[in-house]
Amino acid sequence: MHEPLLSIEGLSASYGDFQALFGIDLTVNEGEVIAIIGANGAGKTTLMRAICGLVKRQATRAEFGGMPIIGLRPDMIAKSGIAMVPEGRQLFRSLSVEENLVIGAQASRKGPWTLEKIYTMFPVLKERRLTPATALSGGQQQMVAIGRALMSNPELLLFDEISLGLAPIIINAIYEQLPALVGGEMSAIIVEQDVARAVSVSDRVYCLQEGRVSLEGASGDVSRDAISKAYFGV
Amino acid sequence: MIRASEISIVQSSRAAWIAGLVGLLLLLALLAAPYWAGRADMRLLSEIYLYLALACLWNILAGYAGLVSVGQHAYVGLGGYMLFALAMFGGINPLVAIPLAGLIGGVASMLVAVLIFRLSGAYFAIGTWVVAETFRLSFAQVSALGGGSGTSLPAGIVTAIGDGRDGREAIIYWGSLGIAVLVLAAIFLLLRSRQGPALKAIRDNELAARSLGIDIWRSKFIIYVGASTLTAMVGAAIFLQKLRISPDAAFSVNDWTAFVIFIVVIGGIGTLEGPIIGTIVFFLLRETLADLGPSYQLILGLVAIVVMLRAPQGLWGFVRSHYRIELFPLTPRAIDSQSKKDI
Amino acid sequence: MEWVNAVIQGILLGGLYALFAAGLSLIFGVMRLVNIAHGDLIVLAAYIALTIATTLGLNPFLALLIVIPVMAGLGYGLQRMVLNQTLGDDILPPLLVTFGLSIIIQNGLLVLYTADPQKLSAGPIEVASLTIAPNLTLGVLPILMFAVAVAVIAGLQWVFYRSALGRAFRAVSDNQDVAQLMGLNKAHIFGLAMALSLAVVGIAGVFLGIRTSFDPTIGSGRLIFGFEAVIIGGLGNLWGTLAGGVILGVAQAIGAQINPGWQVLAGHIVFLVVLAIRPRGLFPRIEQ
Ligand SMILES: Nc1ncnc2c1ncn2[C@@H]1O[C@H](COP(=O)(O)OP(=O)(O)OP(=O)(O)O)[C@@H](O)[C@H]1O
Ligand SMILES: [Mg+2]
Repeated sequence: MHEPLLSIEGLSASYGDFQALFGIDLTVNEGEVIAIIGANGAGKTTLMRAICGLVKRQATRAEFGGMPIIGLRPDMIAKSGIAMVPEGRQLFRSLSVEENLVIGAQASRKGPWTLEKIYTMFPVLKERRLTPATALSGGQQQMVAIGRALMSNPELLLFDEISLGLAPIIINAIYEQLPALVGGEMSAIIVEQDVARAVSVSDRVYCLQEGRVSLEGASGDVSRDAISKAYFGV
Repeated sequence: MIRASEISIVQSSRAAWIAGLVGLLLLLALLAAPYWAGRADMRLLSEIYLYLALACLWNILAGYAGLVSVGQHAYVGLGGYMLFALAMFGGINPLVAIPLAGLIGGVASMLVAVLIFRLSGAYFAIGTWVVAETFRLSFAQVSALGGGSGTSLPAGIVTAIGDGRDGREAIIYWGSLGIAVLVLAAIFLLLRSRQGPALKAIRDNELAARSLGIDIWRSKFIIYVGASTLTAMVGAAIFLQKLRISPDAAFSVNDWTAFVIFIVVIGGIGTLEGPIIGTIVFFLLRETLADLGPSYQLILGLVAIVVMLRAPQGLWGFVRSHYRIELFPLTPRAIDSQSKKDI
Repeated sequence: MEWVNAVIQGILLGGLYALFAAGLSLIFGVMRLVNIAHGDLIVLAAYIALTIATTLGLNPFLALLIVIPVMAGLGYGLQRMVLNQTLGDDILPPLLVTFGLSIIIQNGLLVLYTADPQKLSAGPIEVASLTIAPNLTLGVLPILMFAVAVAVIAGLQWVFYRSALGRAFRAVSDNQDVAQLMGLNKAHIFGLAMALSLAVVGIAGVFLGIRTSFDPTIGSGRLIFGFEAVIIGGLGNLWGTLAGGVILGVAQAIGAQINPGWQVLAGHIVFLVVLAIRPRGLFPRIEQ
């Protein structure tokens, strides 16, 4: 077997005095899609931010592509091949649609994704390329956020609740695109409130509860009962 | 889990009692200074009191109300000029003129606040500086007060303050001490009142404070006007001691703002004890280094930056975090009555 | 005619104020930092130009070729080594540290150069003038100053809105966390912003030194003029800053025309009036 792409042991993270993650173990293999589920406030976003280096964190071991990432600044982690579609999209409001996409390539990594490819996948973005990004509809903004992350040609892509605030039809459309993005070269971690969807799109699933992993297993194997137990801690 | 009923709030600690006792004895000794201290020492002591008062007031503004002003010299100068104007043109006894100058400063600060409260953060800071500059340039245009070169308090007014030079200086000395005590008492009472926690809430998180129903604008306005009133009184006392005023001296950003900020930063911003410690440190440095001229100020600037970067809580914050003592019992200490351990 | 002349002189002077202001506006836009030492840095640039001009015998305009990179390097170093440590949610640390810096620069200059007024001499261009109309002659130097100010503002505008560096500035300004996820090193970007700001300060300092005599204590006054221009023009709008500088310059010129003692005062009063009726400035662009 290959070394996992991302392997994390004993990761904890805190905001000031408040500790949000406790000893998380997590692995992502090459080409794998991992789902992370958990109640509000369980620490899903914090886990992603910790991987990217945006919160203060410690770990007994944290390697990405065989390289330790704990001491690294967020921009160095980004350059090493991790990208994130953050919760709530968080587009740059003083940048146009195209600038938001182009700045995604700032990490200057080589790979299949180019501006043209993004426009082919989301043609509507090409039409609106000069508008300020925040003047788009929610779904279109989500496309920009996804495109922006893809532009860095990451090996690991983190999606934090891409369906938040979107109409079901748009959510479906976005998830239909997903297989075209990940698998093969690219691995992904998906945070999703919709547990059924999370399980169906992923290879393995982790459930977080109050900052700890309460369940881990292959998506096909975990039962609904086990999930709701892990979810609510009953 | 600890339930609220199990927590007893202990507001006074033994350190506070000792501090209170020492403070009282010290105050008595200082009150008697005209009988034991020389003229130069008394002048120095008065200056220390007035700087202490300015530092405490700036600390309330910046450290508690989040109003980082770099223009409080506006009110020092205004107070000084008002003292001169009231005494020279109104025939008012200078000692009576001190509180009146404070009142005028307070009214002026209301108008100023309405304007500059529109600026926030650092822009507020520079806005206050513009106001002070406006005051300075305006007073330089008043020829009755000596215009740009300033004026001295006429001899007749000076002699009316007290019997002989010693008597006069004793009265001015007590005046300065009185103002410092007044300022300290006012701040102590303010922080113990219901406004105290409200101020802390504003400083820590304006948004949250607003959602708690605290009228931020009003709270800040009251603090700003109160602090400016007292600052103007201090200014009046400063220039009563100097007996001479000029726009550059009265509205000196160096003397009345830079040094004051230095004192508060060194001592520990946002604590009551900080300005006291800072004043002591400042005068120790000044008495030993002031002969160096510009290099002395250069050193002060360097010290302030290093403290701000390395120990932003100042000397007092450093002491407090290492020894957990408090001279002024303001922060209610919650003590778990079962384990008797601080939470 | 006297009045027309005063107003035109004021407009041209406004160019210098816009140069004072542009760097201030830029770093506020990128990192919400208000640099209290800005004025003292302008004076520092003038002294550096003076030192270069006297030791190498260069014309101050040629000295710019050295002053600009020196100031830019200083800005980058200052930001990376000192100011980046102060940035965060609390506004006090940057404010107090730059205030301390202001005192250090001012007193450092006093130690090195004493309080004697100095001047940069640019040669015959200082007295050259153009006669526009029978009663209206304009100095070549003020015209040049204004043209440079317009060029600098246009250049900054281009950098900010058309270049990759400007894109990074805006991204970091919008959302520091996400900008880092794009592979932008925040500390480096801030360093570059301060470098650019101080490059403009270098130009401003040289023009200041050629136009008037200067001494180590005049920095705070320049900070205040720059600040007034930024606020009058509206936060975050570079062309607005130029307009603010011009309004300030005209106000001062008119004030001086009435009574020489009122020059600076008139500028302050116009600033306070703008604050009273348009608290966000005349052409605002970003929220505070
Ligand atoms: N900036 C912050 N400062 C302090 N505490 C925070 C901060 N962000 C999150 N937390 C706390 O950390 C814990 C985990 O939050 P996190 O955002 O990771 O949860 P989540 O699982 O993503 O929740 P949601 O499903 O609502 O997005 C929560 O208790 C939250 O209150
Ligand atoms: Mg979340």
